[in-house]
Amino acid sequence: MPTTTLSPRGTTARSTTIALKLLMAVTGLVFVGYLLLHMYGNLKALWGEEAFNTYAEHLRTFGEPMLPYGGLLWIVRVVLIVSLVGHAYAAYTLWSRAGAARRTKYAAVKSAATSQWMRWGGTFLLLFVVWHLLHFTIVKISPNADKQGPDVTANPFQLVVASFEVWWMVLIYVAAMVALFMHLLHGVYSAQQTLGWTGTPKARARARTAGLVIALVVVVGFLIPPLSIAFDLIN
Amino acid sequence: MSGLMNLTLKIWRQSGPDDKGRLVTYRVSDISPDMSFLEMLDVLNEELNAKGEEPIAFDSDCREGICGMCGLMISGHAHGPERTTTCQLHMRSFKDGETITVEPWRAEAFPIVRDLVVDRGSFDRIIQSGGFISANTGSAPDAHATPVPKDNADRAFMAAECIGCGACVAACPNASAMLFMGAKVTHLGELPQGQPERDARVVSMVNQHDHEGFGGCTNVGACSQACPKGIPQDVISQLNMDLRTALQHGR
Repeated sequence: MPTTTLSPRGTTARSTTIALKLLMAVTGLVFVGYLLLHMYGNLKALWGEEAFNTYAEHLRTFGEPMLPYGGLLWIVRVVLIVSLVGHAYAAYTLWSRAGAARRTKYAAVKSAATSQWMRWGGTFLLLFVVWHLLHFTIVKISPNADKQGPDVTANPFQLVVASFEVWWMVLIYVAAMVALFMHLLHGVYSAQQTLGWTGTPKARARARTAGLVIALVVVVGFLIPPLSIAFDLIN
Repeated sequence: MSGLMNLTLKIWRQSGPDDKGRLVTYRVSDISPDMSFLEMLDVLNEELNAKGEEPIAFDSDCREGICGMCGLMISGHAHGPERTTTCQLHMRSFKDGETITVEPWRAEAFPIVRDLVVDRGSFDRIIQSGGFISANTGSAPDAHATPVPKDNADRAFMAAECIGCGACVAACPNASAMLFMGAKVTHLGELPQGQPERDARVVSMVNQHDHEGFGGCTNVGACSQACPKGIPQDVISQLNMDLRTALQHGR
């Protein structure tokens, strides 16, 4: 090839920014699948304490005796942790590359809102996930002054109800859902584009619709239980 | 004559690659709405010449929208508010009394040579890294020697419309050249002559793209909106697909 004067840094498909994008797309789709399952589980709260807590316990006994107690849950957790590391690594690497690709900003161009939502919204979601895990999984914190003690924190349904009777807690979760909506709206479309599934205008329109539908379903589904609690429809 | 325009221009002046550069305000009067944007700059340059000042450097060549040489960021839009090249943008797209900001393409991979002129050699090096295609040379082959389905030929022609002006990079929030590269990869990938080197080509071009310092794609689509040839986003999808296929083939 007449390219002897060139010295491209990478030489493999794996060393490209598109490979990073593929990592982001695949891990993103793992999250979409998980979000749909998680949302379905949350909706059990509408059927009351027993339905919700039985579902939570069933998640741990699922697959027994082939799997140990909590086995499936740990498989899912490992997949999610690996996906989170991959997703965040790809995102922050590409973000810093993008910053380095244009050091002098335009005087007359406003920054693209979509990119800001993905990056800052994504960072907010990362912080939210940390808080969410501390809140309901790792530490089990009840922010409700009237409802404290192991009766509340060891009972998944009671902890959820106690938490969303606190107004600022509802606010944090609603803000996270707004960020999640914007993230999914672009992210689901973007993942399909990155995977090369949008080769025609029709396929691209379909991918955008998929983004909107998934974002709406997930966010509305997630908002129903906390808002029902906040407005005293569940107690 | 009626409808002549008076405009305020804020133009980026930079005496060389190492100069810091700044926006300088100029006023032009009696501009015809039928002038092209570059003709308006020609008028300003003649005035500057007459005053003994350094004229504003900008790129242009064919001035009929097909060579890809011109390209300015006009009030935040690559090639201005219309979907066309800067040379085919007419002053009727602006209002009398308007203030217009004119900047060069901004990307680390497009270093500024002077004023509004940038070095787009990185595009040439991406093309170069794509290498050759296997086509017999010598006497012209019969027209029906290598059949190409109509749909593939149409898509190849659509992608081949890319004139390499760099508006996609200029408009992209990440200064990514994926639309340009997608057009080139789709153009050759749709044709039978481009098949044997298909995997090697995409891997080499994308690596060169990254090495030149362009950013990654976030699929926001600003590139297609800025493209004077209306190259759609689906060429980037094709590029991603080709890279993924090369990855699966162990490249």
